[in-house]
Amino acid sequence: MNKNILLCGVGGQGTILASRLIASAAMAKGIPIKTAETIGMAQRGGSVFSHVRIGEGANAPLIAKGDVDLIIGFEPGETVRQLPFLRKGGAVVVSRRAVMPVSAMIGQSSYDAEAMIRYLEEHVEHLTVVDADRAAEELGSARTLNVVLLGAALASGELGLTEEDLEGAIRERVPERFRDLNMRALAWDRQ
Amino acid sequence: MHKEFLMGNEAIAMGALAAGVNLVAGYPGTPSTEVLETIAKRNPGDVYVEWSINEKAGMEVAAGAAYSGARALVTMKQVGLNVASDPLMSLEYIGVKGGMVVLVADDPGPISSQTEQDTRTFGMFSKVPVFDPCSVAEAYEMIQEAFDFSEKYGTPVFFRATTRVDHGYESLEIKDPEEYYKNKPEGFVKDPSRWVIFPRLSVKNHALIEQRNAQLSEVLSAYPRNRICPEPGAGAGAGDGAGDGAGDGAKCRKGIASHAVNFLYTLDSLRGRNARLLRVATPFPFPEQLALQFLDGLDEVLCIEELDPVIERALTYVCGKYGLSVKIRGKKTGDLPLSGENTLEIVDRAITKFLGSGAEACREELPAPPPLPVRPPVLCAGCPHRASFYAVKKAMGRQKTIYCGDIGCYTLGNAAPLDMCDTCLCMGAGIGIAQGVGHIEPDTKCFAFVGDSTFFASGITGTINAFYNQADMTLVVLDNSTTAMTGHQPHPGTGRTVMGQIVEKVSIERVLRAIGLTVVETVDPLDHKLAVETVRRVAAEPGVKAIIFRSPCIAVTKPAGRSHVDPARCIACWKCIRELGCPALILDADGKKAKIDTSLCTGCTLCEQICPAGAISGGRKNDTAAEPGTPAKGGLHE
Repeated sequence: MNKNILLCGVGGQGTILASRLIASAAMAKGIPIKTAETIGMAQRGGSVFSHVRIGEGANAPLIAKGDVDLIIGFEPGETVRQLPFLRKGGAVVVSRRAVMPVSAMIGQSSYDAEAMIRYLEEHVEHLTVVDADRAAEELGSARTLNVVLLGAALASGELGLTEEDLEGAIRERVPERFRDLNMRALAWDRQ
Repeated sequence: MHKEFLMGNEAIAMGALAAGVNLVAGYPGTPSTEVLETIAKRNPGDVYVEWSINEKAGMEVAAGAAYSGARALVTMKQVGLNVASDPLMSLEYIGVKGGMVVLVADDPGPISSQTEQDTRTFGMFSKVPVFDPCSVAEAYEMIQEAFDFSEKYGTPVFFRATTRVDHGYESLEIKDPEEYYKNKPEGFVKDPSRWVIFPRLSVKNHALIEQRNAQLSEVLSAYPRNRICPEPGAGAGAGDGAGDGAGDGAKCRKGIASHAVNFLYTLDSLRGRNARLLRVATPFPFPEQLALQFLDGLDEVLCIEELDPVIERALTYVCGKYGLSVKIRGKKTGDLPLSGENTLEIVDRAITKFLGSGAEACREELPAPPPLPVRPPVLCAGCPHRASFYAVKKAMGRQKTIYCGDIGCYTLGNAAPLDMCDTCLCMGAGIGIAQGVGHIEPDTKCFAFVGDSTFFASGITGTINAFYNQADMTLVVLDNSTTAMTGHQPHPGTGRTVMGQIVEKVSIERVLRAIGLTVVETVDPLDHKLAVETVRRVAAEPGVKAIIFRSPCIAVTKPAGRSHVDPARCIACWKCIRELGCPALILDADGKKAKIDTSLCTGCTLCEQICPAGAISGGRKNDTAAEPGTPAKGGLHE
């Protein structure tokens, strides 16, 4: 199995933990994995991404444009920014909730998040839009968006992993007091 | 051996431990920081580890250990090498007894740095051999080889990794602690003819270094990581998966030379296209004999490099030296960009143009999307630096001022709406720049902002310079009790070391008073009214005076309560949003009144204190900082 997955969002949203969970799950199955991600200054509210390459045959840690099987988008605008990486027929799972940049709040730039979702609807065949606000409300935490999105990504069939694989990774990587919350978050999309 | 999923920097650390490293020193800096942190975390118990106060100190500590026969590692980012270059330049003339590796993380892009300097070029300048790994798994092996090499030839060596190796992750086989090499240092043996640098010794050793490096060029031509794929005389496939893209390169008239992660981009791009490949793992001393074999029978070579055209220049030199009529292409010929980080697309485009055959495009072009959000990095919600900058801004009003910034999270104070960073150059430089501006423009109120960790790293000498030379300036120390930007490392002011010892804190106030400053005031920036009064009073004093804004980084404290806006009282003036630029301050669903994103708010109360309608409440500061170096937010955070 070879899968190229791109996670993207805004610094602080939890993209790195999500890519770690995918990596843990793949490693537990003995599948080679490579990742590359943004660490450092951009983590302070900037655009961040993780490239995850699962399976044999990948040399570089970065994925070429047009080679991504699945984009897991934590934010609509950031997902549109990374869309050129998606291969023809690839899948996108995206959170509907926008993160407004400070520059837009103080009137120095503009950002229409709904237009981003419409653009994705027009140009992505396999699109899943996740209602992050509802998920946060029902789960009682806004900090489980990463795992909610992973749950939705499972259904896309492009993750190359099963629910059990990800449950195993959550048990391995997430502190015990947050484990039950994350298990519910993983299953939330399929309620 | 066992398998682990490791970040490149973690793999480098584990490789250093496997090589029997005895002492590790360094100063934090993206993308190098995790190397030292991992050594501290995975320390088998007998390795001395320290966060030094800056890279120069770290380099000297490591040199002392290597003089004593220890294996020593010093870690830094590329601009840190500039700070450490004084000891390093001389150290190369003196040499080492135990293996000494200077890990320098280069940052093409740059993603988190001031410069795009290339440590391969620094290797040539300082005459220090350079190892340049291409992947996480290779970095693990290569750093062990670098220690052996350093010890064998008695020279410090550079281990120069770039962001995609430092911060890439891979699953790889690593040694168990029982398999580690054990190095027992002999101790320092007195010998003034060896360890004391005088011009006579320098002349002698300079000649020896030049001879040695010429020999090392031959030694490194046989180093297996410097290689031609496929091997000369062999068919397709040269092992390591590297033959996959190379095809039957033996018959090729075209060659591609590359290094570091760019070599992997080249392999991914080739996908069956034919070219002879040269991978350069030690750009200095350059493996000349191997390059000659590579060039044999070729018409043209494309050099795929990031940062400086090091291989391109070396191959051009080899062609000139041996009278070869091979055309060398790369950055200097416009085939690749002269600056910035390479991407797979850049490499693929250059290779396609060079070989005249391309892989077909994988998808059709998308139409242009709606305007994308602009997201420069910003100070976190609740960051005490925001309150400090805002207090100074309010206190100084329309007076003629300059705000000299420095390196750290607080560089982000440059963004609107704060706009409180007029200059930023390098670690500690703001203090000197404020003095220089003041000497030329005596009517300007000069401020220098410096973080606590940066103050210790390189702020003290500048402050003494100001005091001694009668400057007129206000030093503002933004003390958040941690090294925040690089991930919360301890420093002399935190009272804790990376080895977990509790030590006497170095007091910034006492350092400043010892220099001679008489006006040194400490204030909590989140007490807005008091902070503004303090700035007004201190800035009006003559000479050098200091304000210490002390409030812990929000990542090392737990919020004790979050603020909320009472929509009935909010008058929709947007003062909080427009003046503070806090990411937690947003608009409600109607886009009229202010609202607080509770997932971001830390309850710092700054917005509550400035709201003209008293509409915001509920925040509560928590004065008890968590252990420095251990971010208190557990669970689902980065």
